[in-house]
Amino acid sequence: MSWLTSIGRWLDARLQVGETILDVARHAVPRNTASWWYVFGSATAVLMVLQFATGVLLALVYVPSAAEAWQSLQALNNQIAFGWFLRAIHGWGSNFMLAMLLIHMAQVFLFGAYKYPRELTWIAGVALLLLTLGMAFTGQIMRFDTDAYWGLGIGASMVARVPFLGSWLVGLLLGGPIVAGQTLSRFFTFHVFVVPGLLIAAVLVHVFLVLKLGINEWPMPGRLVSRKTYLARYQRQVHEDGVPFIPDAFERDFLFGGLVILAVLVCAAVFGPFGPAERPDPALIDTVPKPDIFFLWLYAALALLPAKLETPLILIAPIAGIAVLFLLPFIAGTGEKSWKRRPVAVLLVVFLAAGFAALTWLGRRPPWSPSMTAWSGAALPRELLDGRTPLEVQGGLVFQNKQCRNCHALGGTGGKRGPPLDDVAVYLTKDQLIRQVLQGSGEMPAYGTHLRPAEVAALVAYMETLHPAGQPRARVSAASAIPGP
Amino acid sequence: MDVKQHPRPTTLPSAPPLESGPLPPVPRRGFLLRLGLGVSALAGVLASVPVLGYLLSPLRGTSARAWVRLGPVSDFPIGETRLTTFQNPFHGAWDGPTAGVPCYVRRAASDRFQIFAVNCTHLGCPVRWFPESGLFMCPCHGGVYYEDGGRASGPPPRGLFEYQWQVRRDELWVRGGALPTLATPA
Repeated sequence: MSWLTSIGRWLDARLQVGETILDVARHAVPRNTASWWYVFGSATAVLMVLQFATGVLLALVYVPSAAEAWQSLQALNNQIAFGWFLRAIHGWGSNFMLAMLLIHMAQVFLFGAYKYPRELTWIAGVALLLLTLGMAFTGQIMRFDTDAYWGLGIGASMVARVPFLGSWLVGLLLGGPIVAGQTLSRFFTFHVFVVPGLLIAAVLVHVFLVLKLGINEWPMPGRLVSRKTYLARYQRQVHEDGVPFIPDAFERDFLFGGLVILAVLVCAAVFGPFGPAERPDPALIDTVPKPDIFFLWLYAALALLPAKLETPLILIAPIAGIAVLFLLPFIAGTGEKSWKRRPVAVLLVVFLAAGFAALTWLGRRPPWSPSMTAWSGAALPRELLDGRTPLEVQGGLVFQNKQCRNCHALGGTGGKRGPPLDDVAVYLTKDQLIRQVLQGSGEMPAYGTHLRPAEVAALVAYMETLHPAGQPRARVSAASAIPGP
Repeated sequence: MDVKQHPRPTTLPSAPPLESGPLPPVPRRGFLLRLGLGVSALAGVLASVPVLGYLLSPLRGTSARAWVRLGPVSDFPIGETRLTTFQNPFHGAWDGPTAGVPCYVRRAASDRFQIFAVNCTHLGCPVRWFPESGLFMCPCHGGVYYEDGGRASGPPPRGLFEYQWQVRRDELWVRGGALPTLATPA
């Protein structure tokens, strides 16, 4: 190996960085930071490098043209050797990277690492979060299928709500007045050139600051951060109880990074690549556009927000949220670091995590969307047709043919947009049923113009049979009619 | 490396003295630097004009619309709503399938049409027409519209976007070219 040493010496005589690299590698860190809780930042960086590498490999085949992108994706999936695997690594890698980034952010937040003197590190980190979300959004569009096409329309509809500038922002986002070839080129430029360049710059700043200011020491409850005393105390801790970064702290980062890559590879091999879905043909109307998993929370939030609050919330909430993130070190830059003495911080993380998780879960099987095929695909259960008169059976047919089943479930199947109607006769009288069907209310449209009187009679007759056996139907309390079977 | 030394000048023609007093000496040392700054600034300004024009070029076409032939009026029976597609009049050579623009044509009477955009007015997802119940339903967030395009329920803030239409010699024409949004409602 002496020839290797000679080459190394030849290079170092000219580059003169060997000393610096060794110093950085062996620099002392507080002993208690050689911990498994500190591995998530480097894991995020490792995943970013994986994404860069697989992205470059995919770009050798992918064609960023609206006319050909979908076919190049099919070629990657089916014709290029291991093309499907590379697509799978890139897709799963992006999910893992965002998850790891959020875990890293939560850990940094709970350990108070954003406090003095690491405010700029946190700010660079927030920039990295936004840039990574930008990569996720533009990356979805690279998989140019119907979801991407309609996702672009949704993005355009959102920016159109900005007052005064709306139409211009739509034009700049789409590269023209409509989703077309220029749109994909523009998103490709952002995904491949602009945002990765900014990412690299922000990562360099972020890592430089971590090395320069020292890794955040394990927070001790009761030890308050004060601008006057912190730096001296930290230096003392590093001197008295420090360990060399490599190998003592690095070994855990190294191992975890390897495990994370393995996890991505396993997911890629077992679950395969994401899509593409159908061709990005707008004429394919029968599609249910959905974003990738990391934006499902937004998809759910936009469905559940009250309609009048929607525009102000879309415009103000992101800006306010991002501002709070950037300004956090100036709001709470000193004081307690340990989560054990910061109940608000812990509650905030728990609340936000639970909120995002709940919204994402709802977004997977959205209950607010009509089930577009229930009226023709979900048969009425046998027990809800047995023993009915011919008129009532006709009513059941009307119930299906008029797409009621798209929003209302019967026997457990059907849409969830409206309430299930298995027991509707128990809480709505006949007159109330007639009124509801003809006029609608709130979230239900009026059917009066599309139901003939005979159809209304049959439908209501059928719905009057929808009650549990033995339980009487609803009736007007003033009436003296005997409740039916 | 040492700084290049300028050769000392020999003799300069002396300027005639001003009536109001002696001239301040012309500083030669920073001259090239300041000249360089000025030239670079000029180059920057001259370059930025076409670059800005390039970046803002998508905005020039945002209000352009053109008439496109949809088909003979007999293709659209009275009282029915039909899905049809027309080519974006400004489509580019590499738009591929995205050059097609779908729309719903409703013929309310023999001489009255409504041409709806498929984009839901909430956030742009494609709405689906159900002739049995006379409703358009959106799969994304549950918006519903009536047969005449009016808003029935859900998050949409208004009824369906409508394209302008014309009947020319028994043929139906539509005026299209842009994505309908709340800011640009076709």
